Amino acid sequence: MQTDSLTPALEVNRLSVRIGHKPVLTDINLKLQPGQVTALLGPNGAGKSTLLKSFCQEVALDAGEIKVYGKNVNSWDRQLLAKSLAVLPQHASLTFPFKVREVVEMGLYPLTLNQQQGKRLVDEQLEQVALAHLKERSYPTLSGGEKQRVQLARVLTQLAQSERPPILLLDEPTSALDLAQQHRVLALARSLAHEQNYAVIVVLHDLNQASRYADRLVVLENGCIVSDGKPSDTLTPETIRQVWHYDPVVVMEPGKQTPLLF
Amino acid sequence: MDNRRWLWPSLLAALVITSLMSVSIGPLQISPTVSFHAVMNWLTPLDIGSVAPHEQLVINNVRLPRTLLALAVGAVLAQCGAVMQGLFRNPLADPGIIGVSSGAALGAAICIVLIPQGGEYMVALSAFIAGLVTTLVVYRLASSPSGTSVVLLLLAGVAIAALAGAGIGLLTYMADDMALRDLTLWQLGSIAGAQWHYVILSLIALALVSWQFNRSAKALNALLLGEAEARHLGLDVDKLKLRLIVLCAIGVGISVAATGIIGFIGLVVPHLVRMMVGPDHKQLLPLSAMLGAALLALADIGARSLVAPSELPVGLVTALLGAPFFIVLLLKQRHRLV
Repeated sequence: MQTDSLTPALEVNRLSVRIGHKPVLTDINLKLQPGQVTALLGPNGAGKSTLLKSFCQEVALDAGEIKVYGKNVNSWDRQLLAKSLAVLPQHASLTFPFKVREVVEMGLYPLTLNQQQGKRLVDEQLEQVALAHLKERSYPTLSGGEKQRVQLARVLTQLAQSERPPILLLDEPTSALDLAQQHRVLALARSLAHEQNYAVIVVLHDLNQASRYADRLVVLENGCIVSDGKPSDTLTPETIRQVWHYDPVVVMEPGKQTPLLF
Repeated sequence: MDNRRWLWPSLLAALVITSLMSVSIGPLQISPTVSFHAVMNWLTPLDIGSVAPHEQLVINNVRLPRTLLALAVGAVLAQCGAVMQGLFRNPLADPGIIGVSSGAALGAAICIVLIPQGGEYMVALSAFIAGLVTTLVVYRLASSPSGTSVVLLLLAGVAIAALAGAGIGLLTYMADDMALRDLTLWQLGSIAGAQWHYVILSLIALALVSWQFNRSAKALNALLLGEAEARHLGLDVDKLKLRLIVLCAIGVGISVAATGIIGFIGLVVPHLVRMMVGPDHKQLLPLSAMLGAALLALADIGARSLVAPSELPVGLVTALLGAPFFIVLLLKQRHRLV
């Protein structure tokens, strides 16, 4: 399918979501392009996870619409959508003793590959997250960080046959990881966006990580977007004071345009 | 990987050997060779000979339907157990434990006592409907957005089984002698006196659930990731769940109608298979079918030879073997149940 290079990967128009009577998101408008890492930021309860969930039809919309490559997300064929849009869950509670390889193979579900192609793809993706040596291990015996990377390999497998630049949604992908792994996962996300034209949308808590790895930051407060743009434009002392009620020291990383906060 | 290679042929061999034992053992001892000839005579138009007419008669009318019924019901129950465990994402789900079998038995009992002129197919139908309703109720009771809770699942099972037990008790009170015998047999589970039309019905159920379940094997694997994750993989989760629940109800309903409540096959068999080949449904389902068939046929041989010339109901045998297994399982899983 031919897509105009200007068609955004994800488009959110006048989106509102309520849970019970409480408005969680109010009048959100966003256009997200492929080739970028967009970080959703905000204090707890700001609505960033709900926003991410609304992209993948996990929450009912109160008003507005979400378009994936110009087409309403609800009118997409399920399997076709799964090939272009994948979600890395925050916790994957898989208790049955599948092998690591078998978990990644689940990502083949929406794809049309023969057995050999599927096997090769799974091996490649395990290589990509540096877990090829654990291929035959039982998933429940892995550490939290390893589980997270297995899930990432599964999700990347799912996106291997996308007809458009794939959309990758990451819900707090670094919460279970140690420092080195956090940077590794975010560096991978950035290289997918910059080198393979993925649209990466990531919910993060750590503002410095967001500043270093994201091209665009969307800051939410009480379900509204309060700031949206490059890290150097969004992570200003004023915004941080207003949203997080915290007085930061902001310095620029030497030689770069990324603000660092203390 | 190695496990999988030897498991298929060895289970197949076990299946053939158990079947031959099942047609050979009984009050009239028939040698395995003669039994084999008799089965061949029955299966093919060839006349292999060397079978006495009375032996052929016993095999055709008693042993063969009995063996086939045990094999079919064992295979159906084991697969339904495996699918329910996948569906509930919980290795403790089983048609017996979560009350589906009791529900189906109540359906059958209602039909036996209140509509005695309804005939066998009516009984099967009402067992199926009652099984379906019970499955849906238990599923609703135990489900929450974060999955199904084991505690709720077991409690719902207890409540449903108690309710069904009370219903059956009431019907027992109302029943005449003829219906009473049927009812008792129903609750204990028995393959004795297997009739050909139930054999055929069970074989049809077996073909249907095996075909459909195996088609859904990959989807069932994905479902174990969690419902949201399965949805993100492009699965129509609600449709899949409904389809599998209906199929389980058909399988369990027909099994209960044909043999009464036979517990623990659906729990124990998928567990044993998972221990050997892992949880992948592509392997788990067919291997469970084979092991379930062999085990129930074996249990039935035990049922008719342990207290010969009398007979034990086979449900008693599977419960005697299965209940301790269930307790061990509970103990092993204790830390995960809360």
